[in-house]
Amino acid sequence: MATAPEAGDKSVEGVVGHTADDGVHRRDFIYVATAAFGSVGAAAAIWPFVDQMNPSADVLALASVEVNLSQVAPGQGIKVSWRGKPVFIQHLTPEQMAEAQNADLSGLRDAQTFEERTQEGHRQYLIQVGVCTHLGCIPSGTAAGEVKGDFNGWFCPCHGSHYDNAGRIRKGPAPTNLEVPEYTFLSDTNVRIG
Amino acid sequence: MSFGWSKPYEPTSALGKWFDERLPVPRLVHGSLGGGYEVPRNINYFYNFGVLAGLALVIQIVTGVVLAMHYAANTEVAFSSVEHIMRDVNYGWLMRYMHANGASFFFIVVYVHMWRGLYYGSYKAPRELVWMLGVVIFLLMMATAFMGYVLPWGQMSFWGATVITNLFSAIPVVGDAIVTFLLGGFAVDNATLNRFFSLHFLLPFIIAGVVMLKIWSLHIPGSNNPTGVEVKGPADTIPFHPYFTAKDLFGVGVYLTIFSIFLFFMPNFLGHPDNYIEANALATPEHIVPEWYFWPFYAILRAFTFDFILEAKLWGVVAMVSAIVLLFFLPWLDSSPVKSMRYRPKARMWTYVLLADILILSWCGGAVAEQPYIIISQIAAIYYFAHFLIILPLVSRTETPLPLPASISEAVLKGDASTGAPAGITDTGRNAAPTAQPAE
Repeated sequence: MATAPEAGDKSVEGVVGHTADDGVHRRDFIYVATAAFGSVGAAAAIWPFVDQMNPSADVLALASVEVNLSQVAPGQGIKVSWRGKPVFIQHLTPEQMAEAQNADLSGLRDAQTFEERTQEGHRQYLIQVGVCTHLGCIPSGTAAGEVKGDFNGWFCPCHGSHYDNAGRIRKGPAPTNLEVPEYTFLSDTNVRIG
Repeated sequence: MSFGWSKPYEPTSALGKWFDERLPVPRLVHGSLGGGYEVPRNINYFYNFGVLAGLALVIQIVTGVVLAMHYAANTEVAFSSVEHIMRDVNYGWLMRYMHANGASFFFIVVYVHMWRGLYYGSYKAPRELVWMLGVVIFLLMMATAFMGYVLPWGQMSFWGATVITNLFSAIPVVGDAIVTFLLGGFAVDNATLNRFFSLHFLLPFIIAGVVMLKIWSLHIPGSNNPTGVEVKGPADTIPFHPYFTAKDLFGVGVYLTIFSIFLFFMPNFLGHPDNYIEANALATPEHIVPEWYFWPFYAILRAFTFDFILEAKLWGVVAMVSAIVLLFFLPWLDSSPVKSMRYRPKARMWTYVLLADILILSWCGGAVAEQPYIIISQIAAIYYFAHFLIILPLVSRTETPLPLPASISEAVLKGDASTGAPAGITDTGRNAAPTAQPAE
């Protein structure tokens, strides 16, 4: 059985090439290098098992949708499915627009003017993603007869968030206003969402 | 634990001896569930609930594997495949109702089990790890039950999945990426259902593994008991078999009777009728509530309706998670050396207040998100945290406990030297007069 060389032992100094003072051997470097290489290999092997849960190619192929609004009368709202979520399109009456424009925004959690939430020339169409910004339920209030909440807009039944008629958060746990998606009007009554 | 007086394993047959020398599994069983495991003689019916939880887990695994033979985890057919189980599969209705009600009953026994531990101080040294492994099991159970509820792809399934996965979106910076990762897309869809099926199958086996660790860690110090006084000698214990195997089987009989009443006469009482409506991604039901066993935590989540430094949404999520994570620290929040609430008059009173508080939270969690329920759940949520973080630490430092019995046997026998055998029956207890020694 070979005796283990001790640090500072003159007889082995030349063989392992360490300095007598710090006690660090070349072999210690090999240990660290091997462990580091092993860790990188393990991480590279684990990553595909994690990443497989991220959206697959077919889910990533997101579509845009075109909607014809000619049948939507003032005061009426519709829901359109887009990327697996509903988009609310509300055709506002002049009174509703006035109410949304004249709302007192002081003290709002996410203050946004009506102008910031609609497009120039198409102010009567309020287009927003119909997903409560709290935990993702669909607020009621789009179709006639649905509960509209305390601010004449939308009410989320899951945890009681109230939105006003411009989709701004007024009460409850939701942190932000209903999201306004990217959209372009192709004509007066045709809009492309996405 | 094998106390010094535990009966060691003696193989009775040649085959048993042959086996024991090669793979001592019978020895393991004898020492952990059989006559070789000594248990405090005074444990009451609350101590049946660990075995009942184990039984509930077995029922879920067996019925779950059966259901997975007939269920299809695809949004196109998931809902109808469950109806196929109900209508076409032989005894499919029984398996499905057994699995669904089995989850509720699993939570019932686990909540009683947790309350038992809380009341008798079973979380205290040397059983901290038993308690903490239990909290791990509780978290795994909730994750498993949640994913199972998604599988039928009804309205509650879909919207429950949406809300629970969106809890992660409250995390700053990385929240949205985590939600997309969990969903496998930008909304709850087929990818979500598919992976939930896989994980719902996997997690119960992880639970079973943690259960083994928990039983192992319990068997090092042995069971706690209603006095909270540790075992001091042979007079304090009796062997698990046949005394507690028999008592546990009686408990199992009662449990299965009550379970059967629900199963056969009101299988939908604990469920939500909206889950008989197929999932609709464009409409959330008007009155959406989670399953009853999530109500207390749901009420805490909903109690945060105002921003305060952080946004309300994040507060709600943090509060709900910490309501459970808090339990990991319970062994150190309660510093009283006295375990059982029987001898802690002040702490016992507050523990009953906590029980009432949790029941109030449950009631609010099942109600609509409107006043007065919001204000009630806010007060109840404050008490929940105050109980563990302020009241319990203070009371445990200041209260004067009642005098403890010197030993378990003293507490049971009230100073009487006899085991109190009925008239006409020979006293067979350990304190009984020694009978003639068998001839050597």
